[in-house]
Amino acid sequence: MGALTSYRLRLERKRWRVRAFRKRRELRSVVNRTSAIRSSDILVFSTMRNERARLEYFLRFYRELGVNHFLMVDNASDDGSREFLREQRDVSLWTTGASYKRSRFGVDWLNWLQMRYGHGHWTLVVDPDEFFVYPFCDTRPLRALTDWLDASSIKSFGAMLLDMYPKGAISDVPYTPGQNPFEIANWFDSSNYTIKRNRLYGNLWVQGGPRARAFFSDLPERAPALNKIPLVKWHRSYTYVSSTHMLLPRGLNQVYDEWGGEKASGCLLHAKFLDTFAEKSAEELTRGQHYANSHEYRAYHSKLKDDPSLWCKWSEKYINWRQLEILGLMSKGNWA
Amino acid sequence: MSVGFVMLVHTALDRASQVARHWASRDCPVVIHADKRVPTKRFRAFMESLSDLENIRFTSRRRCEWGTWSLVAATQEVSEVMLREFPEVRHVYFASGSCMPLRPVSELKDYLAKRPNTDFIESVTIEDVPWIVGGLDHERFTLRFPFSWKRQRFLFDRYVQIQRALRVRRKIPERIDPHMGSQWWCLTRQTLSALLEDPDRATFDRYFRRVWIPDESYFQTLVRLYSRQIESRSLTLSKFDFQGKPHIFYDDHLQLLRRSDCFVARKIWPHADRLYETFLSGSRTTMAGTEPSPEKIDRVFAQAVDRRTRGRAGLTMQSRFPNDGWENGRTAATYSVFEGFNCLFNDFEQWLTRRTGTRVHGNLFDPRRVQFAGTESTYNGALSDSAALRDYDSEAFLINLIWATRGERQSFQFGPADNQDISWFLAKDSNAQVNVISGAWALPLFHSNRNFSEIRKEAARLQKIEGEHLNILRSPYTKARVRIWTLADFIQDPMTNLQDILDETGPRSSRRLTEVPQMIDMTGFGQFLQNLKNQGMKPVLMGDFPAGNDVATAAAIPAKPYLVR
Repeated sequence: MGALTSYRLRLERKRWRVRAFRKRRELRSVVNRTSAIRSSDILVFSTMRNERARLEYFLRFYRELGVNHFLMVDNASDDGSREFLREQRDVSLWTTGASYKRSRFGVDWLNWLQMRYGHGHWTLVVDPDEFFVYPFCDTRPLRALTDWLDASSIKSFGAMLLDMYPKGAISDVPYTPGQNPFEIANWFDSSNYTIKRNRLYGNLWVQGGPRARAFFSDLPERAPALNKIPLVKWHRSYTYVSSTHMLLPRGLNQVYDEWGGEKASGCLLHAKFLDTFAEKSAEELTRGQHYANSHEYRAYHSKLKDDPSLWCKWSEKYINWRQLEILGLMSKGNWA
Repeated sequence: MSVGFVMLVHTALDRASQVARHWASRDCPVVIHADKRVPTKRFRAFMESLSDLENIRFTSRRRCEWGTWSLVAATQEVSEVMLREFPEVRHVYFASGSCMPLRPVSELKDYLAKRPNTDFIESVTIEDVPWIVGGLDHERFTLRFPFSWKRQRFLFDRYVQIQRALRVRRKIPERIDPHMGSQWWCLTRQTLSALLEDPDRATFDRYFRRVWIPDESYFQTLVRLYSRQIESRSLTLSKFDFQGKPHIFYDDHLQLLRRSDCFVARKIWPHADRLYETFLSGSRTTMAGTEPSPEKIDRVFAQAVDRRTRGRAGLTMQSRFPNDGWENGRTAATYSVFEGFNCLFNDFEQWLTRRTGTRVHGNLFDPRRVQFAGTESTYNGALSDSAALRDYDSEAFLINLIWATRGERQSFQFGPADNQDISWFLAKDSNAQVNVISGAWALPLFHSNRNFSEIRKEAARLQKIEGEHLNILRSPYTKARVRIWTLADFIQDPMTNLQDILDETGPRSSRRLTEVPQMIDMTGFGQFLQNLKNQGMKPVLMGDFPAGNDVATAAAIPAKPYLVR
């Protein structure tokens, strides 16, 4: 990479930071418990809107992994999410009525909060429907992973988004609040992903899975990106560029090996396809607050009218991380 | 007769304290050096927590940094204190704060009592240490390293470069023959005191002060001068990854650690509560007399190194995306490609399935849709039959298919009418076995009910495409196993040719062919080709078919070939 590109990316990074700094004014603190954060704590950052049903399990899941504090942005929920989160002792909550789209889908807000509170911490940026799975997650807490990453001088950890879906129509089984969503949506696609390299930012662009198969089979290039780098040892000069797909400085995007080896990686199990999905996607479509003119939600909506099933004969039923490792969706790397 | 432990600690003091207590309360004196970087308050608390034990000593603290002399100096100091303060100690065991005893202390005592004059220290001459990571082996001893590798990497690297450029070679002191090995040793009083009291020690120390990572070589080298009997291995179990960092043990390694029969292991993750509970409780059943055998658990760690450095062949994923040529196998398993066979034979796919028991697909790269075996709309790995999805990244499509069907041999048909993007990939993949009957695409045209001008145009197009494809297959970059026949050549002796292919494809084909696929009717094909020529197109890829002289297809394939031979 030439000096010029390097400088350009530096300017870009600064620009996103300035933007995040300006956007801080859109956030209004509901409850700020960040004084309770200790220097070694692992932090979760999340933006959400009307996710009351999911929040209970979301918090429980990450607490059990060993997350110490949640910093969340509520984007004008009206279903009691805010009230629920305010009562949680390990949650600091901000709220905003500003445009999700104009905050670049929440990235600006979270970049600001991370700049302010994440410096020096391991930070995990996930949506309320994303559940982090990493090697040995059934026997080792998240701190074992971050300690190992520290010891190996690794600053960022990749986890591909793995779309989970139920067998049968999406709306067949209703989701009850507090329930593990993967009791219902426990199937996934094992080997239909495509990867391209982004030369400028150095990250991989992963697409495919059930969404590409069912909603984008005629327009594969519009299929949503599945590559994510949610776990980063944050420094205040870092910034997410586009969702958690890529970061700057671009060295943080190097979560893959180019010389034949495998780096350690995890998965974000994506509990998007539950009975709440049809309703949600209709709402998102009318709000028009999503990526690329909400093209994705348009595609869903047109197919969702006939209540489709994402399941096919070759779907895999989820068992545990070892299964994902064997199938080659994630890797232990040299962590043993 | 007793064993004493010298410990260097710098983090997780609560765990170090637990381990020190474990040893000290079982009548093994312990001398501890704590890094100066530990805050005084915490160090005080640490000392306090062990104050009820009489056989524990603390040395003065110095700042220790990885890879530097400070670690050796600290070790010398704790060793001196140990030898001075506890005259009954016969073996001195060197441990760190993240070590943990795996077997009862009494077993270690017995083991050492039976070997009263043996020094346990890994000490390998530098001529043959294969495990040095980082590129510096001899140069550790012949260059000077005044800069810290961790903090002053730039200066470190530059200084090494300068010395190399100037061909600097330090003089190695007399009597010294550099050896290296794990820093976790167990030495006898005799050896250790001889080493520390040597009149030349000042010379040696001065020399090793500028050696890189002297804690891996100081004792390992000098012990050769004094020891009566060296067992060149460490009693401490430690495993290293591909960068030379120690692997860390967690709760789920419990059974693995038990199986190793080693006395002490490092490094233990400080939060591995179950390990500490189990191994420090002292309630373990003994394995008296068993030799430590760290190799029992090697496999797991060797696998991790292999996974990180070589990865799984034929897998591309979010954390493995090899540059061109670094795939270590572009695909996961061998597969076969048949070109032109389903034009020449009516029921080739069914026949091949029966004969070989492998999975036989149709034209996977058909421009209309993917023809999976059994005309399924999705296939293994949830691959879709959408041509658009496939063409979006046809290499990934094939890689995914072969990866998802590991354990089952795949075959598919290919031809000039298919999407050709995959050509180069097939040619460069050493797992591909490509069998081509060139020019066979003319047969469906020959049998088609289309206007001749159209046929001529189509024939010209297909011939051009196949010509390019064959050029690729014949290029010097080709790694695939390629066999090319012209149509004319192939039908000269189809039985032998098919037999050859089957011998390569599947295990079931070990017997001779008893059943052959049905060849298409070729009466008049020679004339058809002549007609193409007459219209101005020159069909070359199918070989020589004399016009008017019909090929005797029936004779070429006897109904019961095995009777003939």
